[in-house]
Amino acid sequence: MKQIWIISKRELQSFFNSLMAYIMLVAFLGFSGFFTWLFGSDVFFVKQASLQSFFGIAYWTLFFFIPALTMRLFAEENRSGTIELLVTKPVNDWQLVLGKFLSTLLLIIIALVLTLPYYITVANLGPVDHGAVWSGYLGLILMSAAYISIGIFTSSISNNQIVGYMLALFIGIFFQIIFGLLAGNLSGLFGSILDYLSLSTHFESISRGVIDTKDLIYFLSIIFIGLVLTEGNLAKKRI
Amino acid sequence: MDIIVENLTKKFGTQRAVDNVSFIVKTGEVLGFLGPNGAGKTTTMRAITTFLTPNEGTIKIGNLSIYDHPDEIKKHIGYLPENNPLYQDMPVIDYLKFTAELYGIEKSKIKSKILEMVNLCGLEGEKHKKIGELSKGYQQRVGLAQALIHDPEVLIFDEPTAGLDPNQIVEIRKLIKKIGKEKTVILSSHILAEVEATCDRIMIINKGKIVADGTSEELRKHAQGKEILKITIEDGDVNEIFKALQKIDSIEVVDFIDKNLNSFEIQSKPEMSSKKAIFKMCVEKAWTLTELTPFETKLEDIFRELTMN
Repeated sequence: MKQIWIISKRELQSFFNSLMAYIMLVAFLGFSGFFTWLFGSDVFFVKQASLQSFFGIAYWTLFFFIPALTMRLFAEENRSGTIELLVTKPVNDWQLVLGKFLSTLLLIIIALVLTLPYYITVANLGPVDHGAVWSGYLGLILMSAAYISIGIFTSSISNNQIVGYMLALFIGIFFQIIFGLLAGNLSGLFGSILDYLSLSTHFESISRGVIDTKDLIYFLSIIFIGLVLTEGNLAKKRI
Repeated sequence: MDIIVENLTKKFGTQRAVDNVSFIVKTGEVLGFLGPNGAGKTTTMRAITTFLTPNEGTIKIGNLSIYDHPDEIKKHIGYLPENNPLYQDMPVIDYLKFTAELYGIEKSKIKSKILEMVNLCGLEGEKHKKIGELSKGYQQRVGLAQALIHDPEVLIFDEPTAGLDPNQIVEIRKLIKKIGKEKTVILSSHILAEVEATCDRIMIINKGKIVADGTSEELRKHAQGKEILKITIEDGDVNEIFKALQKIDSIEVVDFIDKNLNSFEIQSKPEMSSKKAIFKMCVEKAWTLTELTPFETKLEDIFRELTMN
């Protein structure tokens, strides 16, 4: 556990040292703030004291930002050879993968914490369904964790960060929208399988305030599979 | 802690980078790894540091096998990889702190340990700079500092003096010699003089196999076999000297180097020396011996002989 935290701390430091963290925070808050308060189907347009519009925007901004954060994690270590020094230190592959995963998740959580003023503002405007807001945040965190684990996996595939980014988006877009679209057009068993695979289905039900174990299992399995594949990739390099 | 390598084989595809290699390095020994590019030096070192998993064979450090206790082994090894890969965007101090934490050094001791390393490796003026801003020589020092920070019992250095200036090279060699008295050290290099200066034992590896193993004197003796002398004798007739030399029992071959200067190359019979006999002969005939130089086989020659073909 201690090793995981040491790795995370270094990664977080590196996010902030390289300006990546600031760019991500400013862009995320900018986009989500703009569409939540000023433009499109914003809070005033909907005329409801709810954060549904924010969750809808965050769902898409995080989808594009997360691969940009994760693409560096292993690709850069592989390219510069620093992975050799890292794995010959007393850390095992799992601690390494979990440390990197945790660092990115923490950065996302920091970004989400910074949007809490939205919640306070909305709560002052009218009666808010507090449960729905908290479960909406939980949904965003779970969804971020899923995409981080996909992003870490694609980053561990090659030495090239761009390959990591594109591949993460390519895999992500299926979960994000394509499975959902296909499920709408298909019926029967195949349709319901695709519907279950679609991330948006699970995200929407959570962000409406319904926390079902089925949804939790879905997110946790994506995270788990992504991390296992990453660990496999690391181990493969040493054989 | 001893390093025990037994029947180590590492394949990359069908190529055997390291082929059935066995050796032991004892505590207090500095082993120099020599070999042409692609001979398998780095692969062997990577296997010892658990970075690569061998296809066959076992490696033990102390009593710990790399298969059963990798995490325990890593704590006892200080490793400086080839090309010295470091996080370019991290300040020196932060990087050393990160390493110290990973090695599990107590929190209260981390600061003093870092200072000790900064002094030892001469990083005083550079400690707050980012690693990427340092020259190659200073980066190499950071690499050394991170390898030594946890006071490991086993040190693996892959080309430790690459990119350093002559003064730094001398310093690092001194440091390695000093450390090597209590620890087990393996270092690789392609600079033969360096290996000769720093190592107690030299191992030459070629195409994944060990082709020579011993101290530099042992290697020399083994390669040399026969004594070769270059002599110059003034006054006296060339042909007369030539005949007189041939009469000496211990001499096998006499050859002219330069007839006008009366200089000869002399090869003695195996296990025999002709230096004394030549001197006596000159005294008897009242010739003046102005040069008598033994031809030393250089490590370079041994190296080339063993690794060419």
